[in-house]
Amino acid sequence: MAAFLQLDKVSKSFGSVTVADALSFEVAKGEALGIIGPNGAGKTSMFNLITGTLSPNSGAIHFDGSNITAHSAAKRCRAGMARSFQVPQPFSGMTVFENAMIAATQAGGMQGSEAENYCLDVLQQTELLDRANVLAGGLTLLGRKRLELTRALCAKPKLLMLDEIAGGLTEAECTSLVQTIKDIHARGVTIIWIEHVVHALLAVVDKLMVIDFGRKIAEGHPRTIMESPEVQEIYLGIEADA
Amino acid sequence: MEWVNAVVQGTLLGGLYALFAAGLSLIFGVMRLVNIAHGDLIVLGAYLGLSVTTLLGLHPIAALIVVVPAMALIGYILQRGILNQTLGKDILPPLLVTFGLSVIIQNALLETYSADPQKMNAGALETASVSIGSLSLGLLPVLTFGIAIVVIASLQWMFYRTSLGRAFRATSDNQEIAQLMGLNRRHIFGLAMALALGVTAIAGIMLGIRTSFDPSIGGGRLIFGFEAVIIGGLGNLWGTLIGGVILGVAQTIGAKIDPGWQLLAGHIAFLVILAVRPNGLFPRINE
Repeated sequence: MAAFLQLDKVSKSFGSVTVADALSFEVAKGEALGIIGPNGAGKTSMFNLITGTLSPNSGAIHFDGSNITAHSAAKRCRAGMARSFQVPQPFSGMTVFENAMIAATQAGGMQGSEAENYCLDVLQQTELLDRANVLAGGLTLLGRKRLELTRALCAKPKLLMLDEIAGGLTEAECTSLVQTIKDIHARGVTIIWIEHVVHALLAVVDKLMVIDFGRKIAEGHPRTIMESPEVQEIYLGIEADA
Repeated sequence: MEWVNAVVQGTLLGGLYALFAAGLSLIFGVMRLVNIAHGDLIVLGAYLGLSVTTLLGLHPIAALIVVVPAMALIGYILQRGILNQTLGKDILPPLLVTFGLSVIIQNALLETYSADPQKMNAGALETASVSIGSLSLGLLPVLTFGIAIVVIASLQWMFYRTSLGRAFRATSDNQEIAQLMGLNRRHIFGLAMALALGVTAIAGIMLGIRTSFDPSIGGGRLIFGFEAVIIGGLGNLWGTLIGGVILGVAQTIGAKIDPGWQLLAGHIAFLVILAVRPNGLFPRINE
């Protein structure tokens, strides 16, 4: 079976700074891929390349059977991609519910009461239901992180991209979030998850990839990857800084 | 009693100013575009109304059925064809381009319709009046004010209760994220401009029935529109109506003191409010 998402030698640099260096990898349908790497390794830039916020200098991106390299961010989104942001970026002048509705109606292609009910279900799942009519700008950091997940889920994604969604959460919050993501994965949604909280990541993902300087360092079974000396060196390096 | 009359007439005049301002307010709110050509687009609406009434023999109010969609279409094409390309971090390009557009519209109108003042004939509507106590109100100003309220209430409803309005607000809030949510910014802006010019068409026709117009009067209408928007507070549509009313009342009271003071009094009221409340009377909190 062809890969669901495939990056083929994707490169991107800003002047002398390279954020993606002939990056190639595949994600199969229904798979959950975890991505780790030091700060500044090009993880978030890779998300930007996949969602279309950045366009690559060279290389090609295929998604769900078509070459999307030249497609706009809006078009990619309607094709079934949704992401959360590391630094939450809600529509701050709109309510939590309205934020969810934008995703459900525009990206998810739902209408009227179907969209409303879908949003309410997702808000229940992400534990934001009691905050539904609060302006998104008034949420706490944790609330905003949850809103990121809510918005991504309301888009009814085929591919869900999570960018450090567990960062800054307490242990209990993290556990409940991991459960939520597991449930989503169990429904067949393909997931790419960038995370520094490795134990959260390992609880969900089927495959792990390590990125540094915009290059793929290693890829494979999560446990095997975590134990490889190369990864230990890079990864323990971050742990020491953190 | 004469003063009460002046205030009431000014209030009704404010309805027309609110119609001038509503499109301007909408466009600024959604895409932060200051449209210098707005006044000339109002005049264009009036001339289109004139052509439609002359060619089809329609009453000016009935001509709205043709002119509003025509202006909306012009708006969409204008936005997609030209204005979208000017939007970015730099605020200067849209100002320059809409200024150029203003010059082009004025000269095109001059070529097509000449510089002679024109007026639309609305028959009995122009002179009909209703009496309330000892006040006599022109039916046309009352109708204009009523239309202004309906237009602003509809825009308000659209903004806060419909899916299109949510899309407008989301795009205005964070364009980049809106794109990632599947909203096509260019299309959304096109729709916003279409809606704004639809409202502008109404403003143009009400203007053309009320007074005579020629291709050069756009600049003055733009100023009234701006003043109404800023008095009311940016991004607040009901504020825009109140801004229009304050401007209208200031003008009629000025005219009551001395006929030469009409415009000056309006500008003074604007300056005073700007000095006391630089953000306008009712700015939206999250602007």
